[in-house]
Parts: sequence; C-alpha cells; structure tokens
Amino acid sequence: MSSIFTSSIGKKLLMSLAGLFLVTFLLVHMGLNLLVIIFDDPMVYNKAAHIMSSNFLIKIFEIVLFGGLLLHVIYALILQVQNWIARPKRYNKANYANTSFFSKFMIHTAAIILVFLVIHFVDFYFKAKFGHAAEIHVDGVMYHDLASEIVDKFKMMPFVVFYIAAFIFLGFHLIHGFQSAFKTLGLDHKKYTPVIQVLAIIYTVVVVAGYSIIPVIVYFQ
Amino acid sequence: MVKLNSSVPEGPLAEKWSNYKSNQNLVNPANKRKLDVIVVGTGLAGASAAASLAEMGFKVKSFCYQDSPRRAHSIAAQGGINAAKNYQNDGDSIYRLFFDTIKGGDYRSREANVYRLAEVSNDIIDQCVGQGVPFAREYGGTLDNRSFGGALVSRTFYARGQTGQQLLLGAYQALSRQIKKGNVEMYPRMEMYNLVMVDGKARGIIGRDVVSGKLERYSAHAVVLASGGYGNVYFLSTMAMGANASAQWQCYTKGALIGNPCFVQIHPTCIPVHGDSQSKLTLMSESLRNDGRIWVPKKKDDADRLQSGDLNGTDIPEEDRDYYLERRYPAFGNLVPRDVASRAAKERCDAGYGVNSTGLAVFLDFKDSIKRLGKDVIEAKYGNLFQMYEKITDDNPYEGPMMIYPAIHYSMGGIWVDYELHTTIPGLFATGESNFSDHGANRLGASALMQGLADGYFVLPYTIQNYLADEINTPRFKTDIPEFDEAEQEVRGQLEKLMAVKGGQTVDTLHKRLGKIMWDYVGMARNKEGLIKGREEIKKLREEFWSGVKIPGKMDDLNPELQKASRLADFIELGELMAMDALNREESCGGHFRDEFQTEEGEALRNDKDFTYVAVWEYKGPGKEPQLHKESLDFEYIEVKQRNYK
Amino acid sequence: MNLKLKIWRQKDPKTRGKFVNYQLRDISPDSSFLEMLDVLNEQLVSMNEEPVVFDDDCREGICGACGMYINGHPHGPDTLITVCQLHMRKFKDGDTIVIEPWRARAFPIIRDLMVDRSAFDLLIQEAGYVSINTGSAPDANSIPIKKKYADLSMDAAACIGCGACVAACKNASAMLFVGAKISHLTLLPQGEVEALERVSKMVTKMDELGFGSCTNTGACEAECPKGITLTNIARLNRQYYKATF
Repeated sequence: MSSIFTSSIGKKLLMSLAGLFLVTFLLVHMGLNLLVIIFDDPMVYNKAAHIMSSNFLIKIFEIVLFGGLLLHVIYALILQVQNWIARPKRYNKANYANTSFFSKFMIHTAAIILVFLVIHFVDFYFKAKFGHAAEIHVDGVMYHDLASEIVDKFKMMPFVVFYIAAFIFLGFHLIHGFQSAFKTLGLDHKKYTPVIQVLAIIYTVVVVAGYSIIPVIVYFQ
Repeated sequence: MVKLNSSVPEGPLAEKWSNYKSNQNLVNPANKRKLDVIVVGTGLAGASAAASLAEMGFKVKSFCYQDSPRRAHSIAAQGGINAAKNYQNDGDSIYRLFFDTIKGGDYRSREANVYRLAEVSNDIIDQCVGQGVPFAREYGGTLDNRSFGGALVSRTFYARGQTGQQLLLGAYQALSRQIKKGNVEMYPRMEMYNLVMVDGKARGIIGRDVVSGKLERYSAHAVVLASGGYGNVYFLSTMAMGANASAQWQCYTKGALIGNPCFVQIHPTCIPVHGDSQSKLTLMSESLRNDGRIWVPKKKDDADRLQSGDLNGTDIPEEDRDYYLERRYPAFGNLVPRDVASRAAKERCDAGYGVNSTGLAVFLDFKDSIKRLGKDVIEAKYGNLFQMYEKITDDNPYEGPMMIYPAIHYSMGGIWVDYELHTTIPGLFATGESNFSDHGANRLGASALMQGLADGYFVLPYTIQNYLADEINTPRFKTDIPEFDEAEQEVRGQLEKLMAVKGGQTVDTLHKRLGKIMWDYVGMARNKEGLIKGREEIKKLREEFWSGVKIPGKMDDLNPELQKASRLADFIELGELMAMDALNREESCGGHFRDEFQTEEGEALRNDKDFTYVAVWEYKGPGKEPQLHKESLDFEYIEVKQRNYK
Repeated sequence: MNLKLKIWRQKDPKTRGKFVNYQLRDISPDSSFLEMLDVLNEQLVSMNEEPVVFDDDCREGICGACGMYINGHPHGPDTLITVCQLHMRKFKDGDTIVIEPWRARAFPIIRDLMVDRSAFDLLIQEAGYVSINTGSAPDANSIPIKKKYADLSMDAAACIGCGACVAACKNASAMLFVGAKISHLTLLPQGEVEALERVSKMVTKMDELGFGSCTNTGACEAECPKGITLTNIARLNRQYYKATF
C-alpha cells in the first residue's frame, strides 16, 4: 500500500487522480463563469461567487482543490525529473512521429498554465479573498462586485489575448491528460478507449471554447 | 585407443529408460550442493539443463556468447515441437513417433536413444504448458496440432510461427528463476575457448570475456556442452551469425569424438540468395508446406522468361505448372522429409527450371489454400512468416507465389555420446544439436526442439548423476592448478598466433571462400572426385588463412574480428573432417547424397550392408589423419527398409 | 546506391563518444541494413581501422540482439521489424543516415552501438516466470484455456527483449517490456497463480534499475518490432493496483 507513494506507477496513479479531479473542477468553474455572459444582471454572478467563497463545505472543498493541484504538480515534477535522469544523454536526431503529439509537451504546457494561474490569482482570486474588489450591499449582505472586475479586465485587449492563449495551452494539456489518466488508471479497452479519446476531444473543445468565449463577448459588448 | 561403448541398458526397448532410471546412481540433496556443473550454451538444451540441474540442487555455471541467455539461436525455430500425445486421435503413439524419427533419419540413428526421445516427448509438452508457453489452442481450450514433413499424423505443437522463441523463453525464465535463487551463476558474453582436463576428466573451461577480451577460468565437477550446431561452416546458413563449432572442436582435440560430421541438413524452404554481400539465409518454416504447393514451370521456355524477368509466377497457367513433389511423391506430396524436398528442388533447378534471376529458386504457392480457406485463415496461421517474407523480398506472398531455395539449416552430426549423453571424455556431456544426436542422417521437422528439451529437461539431469555420484568426495576445484595454466596458455598461444599473422584478407572474405568450397563440394550432392578436390581446396585455404588473415585491434579487448577469426580457424578444420567423412560414406542416406549412389529414379540409395554404422572420428594431433571408429547400429525393433514417401 | 553514414563511435562507457562520418558506394538496395554495415566494416578492417561494433545474432528478427537508433527511429524507418530485417530499399540514393546507440541510463553503452541490456534480464530474474520445477506439471490438456486468452498471451509473449520500447520512449521507460511479460503470464491460468507477487516485484525492480515512467505517449507501441500494444501497459497498471490495494 505504501508503495503507492514511492513506485513510479503509484505516483502516476496519484497524479492522474488529481488530474481528473482538476478536470471536473474546470467544468464547475466554467459553469460559474458563464453566468457573467448568460445573465445581464451582474448580481447573479456575484451571488454565486459569494456562495462559493462563504459556504463552509465549499471552503473545505477549496482546500482539497489546492491539495489536488499541489499533488498533481509535485508528482508531475518528481516524475519528470526521474524521466530526465532516465535518459542522461539525448539523441542527436529524434523523430517521434506516430505518437501522441501533445504528450511530448505536457511539462511545457504545464509550466505555461502555472504562470497563468499565478497571474489569474493576482487578478481575481486574491482580490475576492482579501477584499480589494468593490463592494455592493444588497439586503444587508456584502458582495464583492467581481462581475465588474471581469468586465473591466476583459475590456483590455492584452488581457483577452493572454487569457485565450492560456486556454489554448490548457487545451493542449487536457487533450492528452484526459485520456492518459484513464490509461494510467488501467482503463484500456478495445471498444471504450476510442470513446474516451473522443470524449477527451469534446471535453477539451468545450472547456477551451467555454472559457474563451467569456473574454471575447465581454470585449465586444 | 578409444573403445566405443554406447552403454544402452538391457531389456526390451520400451523398458530401457525406466530400467535405467530405476538402477542408476543418484546424488543425495546434501551432496548436490557440493557439486558444480558447467553448462556451455543457453539454447533449449543448455537453458533447460541448467535450470533443471539447479532446481535439483546442483550449483550450475551457465555460459553464452550472446548478451543474454534469451538470445540463443533456438529462438529462431519457427514451426513447432513434436510429441506423441495423440490428442488428435489420429493413431499416434510413442512407437510411431520413434518409428517416424528412425525412418526419417534414414536408419542411421541409435534405436534406444530415439525411443527414449519419443517416450519423454509428452512430458516436454506438459512441462512447457506448465511454464506458461502459450501454445496454439482450439476454441474448446485444448491444444492444437499441425502436421509436419515425414509424418502421417498431426503431432506438432506450435505457438504461431514462433515456437522456438516461446519454448526458449520458457526455459530462459526457468533459468532466470534459478539465477535469482543463486543456484546458477550466469556468464553472458563469455565464450568457451578451451576445455580443461584434470586427471583425464573434464574439470573446467577457459572462457574469453567478449567485452574485455580477458581469459577467465572456471572449474566444475562436470562440463555439459550445449553449444549448438556447425552449419556456419558453409558461411551462408540459417544459423545465427555467432553460431560456431569451436566448443565442439576444442573438446574433439581434447579427446572427445565426432560422429557423422558429414550429416548436415539442408532445409528446403529458405529465401533465395540475393547477392554477394548477403550475410545469412532466412528460413521460412516448413509448416508452410502444409498449405503451400511447390512448383516450377513445365516448359523450359517459361522458366527462361521467369529468369529474365519477363514473366511472373502468376502469369503461368495451371496446366503449365509442374507440382513436382506431388508428381513424384503422391502419398506425402509437399510434405516429404526435408532432404527429399531439398534435393528435388535442386534437381529441377539444375535442369534449368529455376524461377528467379539466378535460376536457383522454386515457387511455393498459396493460391489454392487462400481460395479454399480464405485469406484470413492463412494470415492467422502464417501471418508473421508472410510479413517476414515481404519485408525481405519486397514481394507480397498473398498475391503471387513465394520463391524458396534450400539452405544449410541443421547439423545432425556432432560430438559422439553414449546413451547417457556422456562423451568419451569422463565428465564431459553433450546435449542438443551439439551431440551427434538422435536424428541419424536426417532430422524431421519439429524434432530439434523436441530433442533439445528432452536432453535438457528429462535425460541429462538424470544421467549426469550416474557420473556425479562418484564425484561426491571430490572437493571444489581451485583454478590455480597447472592444468588451468596450461589450457589458458594454449588459448593465448592460438590467439597470439592469429594476431601475429597481419595479412591482407578479412575474416569474412576467407569465410565466404570456405563456405563456397563446402557448398560446392560437400553440399547437397557430393561425389568422390568433388570431395577429394574439396578437401584439397580446404587445405589450401587453411594455409592462406594462417598466412593471410587480417585482424585489426588488440587481443585483450573487445575484438569482433578476432572472435570471428578464431571461430573460422576451427571451421576450416571441421570442414576438412566433414569432407573426409562424406568421402568415407559410400552410400546416399538422408542429408548425405552421393551422386554415385542413387536409384534410377534419382532417390538416395543406402548401403545397409557396409554402412549401418556411426562414423566416429578421433583426433590424432595437428596435421595428422584422424582415426575412424565405427559404432555399428543394430535394429531390433524396426525393419530397415528403403525409405519410401511415394 | 551511395550513402553518407553518421555513426556514433565510443571506445568504452567512460570515454566520450562522437559522431564519425563515412561514405559508402554501390550498396545493393536488396541488402539488409546490417549487411550494409558489414560492407563498411570490411572496408574499415582493410584500412586497418577498428570496425563499428554492434550486437547482432540471428539476423532474422527474432533474437532481439540487434538494435540501433536510425534516423530518429529505433530499428529504422520501417515498421514491425528489427534492424536486421530493415532493407536498404527503404532509403534513397544519396541519403545521409544517422546511427546512434540506444540511449538510456539503464542501458549503458559498451562500445559504439553496443549497449548493455542486462537490466532486462534482471527484470525477468526478479519474477518474470512461473515457479514450476521440471517434471511437476500436470497433463498439458488438463486445464483448458480459452483460445482468446491463449492468443492474447501469445501476442504479449512475442516480445523479443530488444529494448526498442525503452529506446523510443522519451522517458526511457520499460513499461511496455514489463507489461508484455505481465500480460503473457497473467493471462494464462498457470501464471495467474503468482500474478500479484510477480507484478509488485517487477515494478519495484523496474524503478530500481533507473527506467523512467510511462506518460502514455505511445512511442513504444509505434516502434515495437513485434507490435506489442499499449493495452499491456494498462493491464500492468491494473495488476499493480490489484497487488497494492
């Protein structure tokens, strides 16, 4: 049992479970964000965001989420370092045709996503958390006006471009990560693996499009 | 003066082996731990023997020249392994397998050995299945069989076209288990260079570390040779590049005898030679003859146009095709034994009916089988072979016929052993292809795997105890005794001599010339004049070799050219012995065909009155004529007949 | 055909290696890749130079001894073959061919293109077998085996241990090799008995030997000369979880 934390397959398992957990989180986060463009009233989003930041259960979930992200990143790093050590001398001419293209750049896309996350946190998360955002009081309850924050940000072209670029790299990461996680879990089947591969593409397209559409619409509104 | 004693136990044929086992000496478990056995080679015979001996409790030292024991050339055997299980309910029995093997060997093998081989054949299948060898199965979950040349029953077990690989992996895994347990010390990339004798007994070997070039000493209470055959004396053969006769030759010069060296098998279904730079020939499994039909054109004119490339095999209509095996041998058809099929192909090609640019090829056609069974069935049965053929020749065998030609494949001759697989040197045993074995003058398909595993799993581990039982008081040997010094010095001298030649010809150039001499004069058809000429040519080549071979690099280093040169030196010696043996045997039998001795129809004509014996050669010293001994073969349980596959 | 060869030459594990260029003329397109190297070596020997060292033996694609990294592919540009089965017709006249040894920490270079793959032997020695002594097996037909499983087992057992999977993998992972052995033995009732001990031991050993981990890239499958599939890696994962939890 303890070997799950030390063996290569064990580490892969933890990393893929954490990855799949983040995959589900991405959908929840996206659903929430879409409220900004679906409803004209910014208070819908602000209220939803308020629940997300004040509900006790969700606060616990938040910790789990950070734990998951940390687990994913730490094990990915450990494995990556081990993999680099496993081939101390590279090939002069390497040609990885016929293989899953995006799988070769997971560590690179991951680095870009991490940078994005830091900026994203500075932009929104910390503001919401530590009260730098504007406040609105409705029925005696204080809400952060995050909807306006979003709108303000995405009226600026560089932000729109930066976010969409980050989403595309996230897509590269997901398109391999999604289906690779299933293989690592040992789920490989003649009939179902192609289904998972299609699902991975659909999921990736939905997530990238879903996130990207927000800055685009906001910008042109 | 050596005296040949086959040590065949008393009693009726069917009881000899059980009688032997009941009465032989055994070694108790506590003493087994004190006894060391060296096994040279890790093919089917070597790996199975090493694993079985180690399981029993002996301490084993196992050697191979490859980088891993899993790569020994048994791995390349394709078709299958015979056993008298009679799972197909087609009337098979131990006696019938025994009978077919003796007959297939053209009545030149020892009855008692062959019967024992047939007897233990069934245990081999059980053992291999137990090890996890994934033999082909029927939908009901039972084992499937296919038929092979020289038999009227389906008794061949197979794992696609990779039976040898799967059986070897089984033995290799059993060996690996014993290595892990510490019962076997494994020495890969270590080639045997000399046999060490102490007080007239085999007590060790000198090995050369292929990577460092250093000579190393290993001692043991007994030495088992499982070093394979000597087909590479012909340069082009289906053998592995590294397969060599040196271990056998070293033992021969130390007093072991060589039996029937002229008996080599020429396999009928190999991919034809393409050019001068060719390094080896690729075999297409004999199992292909189950569903493929062999033919050449009936008309000389068609053959000429095939040779010039104006015509393809598919262009020739059915009525103009000569299915010569079906024509000449209606009963066995395309499934005649290998020697018969090979000679028939040579006969057609010599008559000018060859079908490729060199005129040295015949067609093997699957058109009818594909029509009858469907492409899917053929693909399931032979897919990997067809793929291999296409990769090598760039021709698609599903669309047009394959081209095949005979090639050197197996050596029936080898170190002479008695019933216990014991050579004439006490403590030296020989197993598998390295001994002169149970196949007489011709080996049937799927019998090499059977013999290798029979020797290694079920025969040698018993019979060696009969010898070792007397050795329990002999303590482990140190290797700093004068006998080891001397044996190592001998090797060093030989290697220094090779390095000192500094001539102008590469080893391969000389080896190719030896191969050509052997193929031309000691090949598929031989005659007195040619054999005498061939021997002269070999002698000339020997001189050229020792004055003209070029070896770069250093002696105490990884030096592939030195490795090859050292092997070639022994091949040259063995080649001459083969020519002498072929000259001596004034009859045609099995793989040995003398033009002077054939029936009017061109079939092999044996001379049972004068040659029902094993020709056993004794080394008399460098440059001296070897001495011929005869082990006469008595057939009590089988009627000796002209082989008839019509 | 005429060719330019760029071959990795390295004296021993400690000495630094480098690429050396060679020119070859009049090579028959029907000759195999190793026969082409034979021609080169014959020329080198004639010029009193040391030949290029590489492993080979059966030269019919089954022993697994040969293996080199040719123009970015283990066993060269063709599929489902080993180097010895690669034929020169797969190249064009005037081509430059880059030849490198397998590169992995677990496969140290011995000389030139020859590497030490004894790590694979150590993996099999760890637990890649059925623990059965000679003579103790029941009748071969006493346990029926579904044809489907016998066939799947054979698919995996076809592995020749050449190391192309490790060479191809960007992480130098041995998961396909180990997965193939796990599949081969676990799919058969004879090997199923000790399946869980086997998988734990082999995975632990694999990590210890310095192979990388699997990122499901699929390079191993694409380059395997025997067509061993990624399914075997998934099965290995499953078996490992079974053994661990």
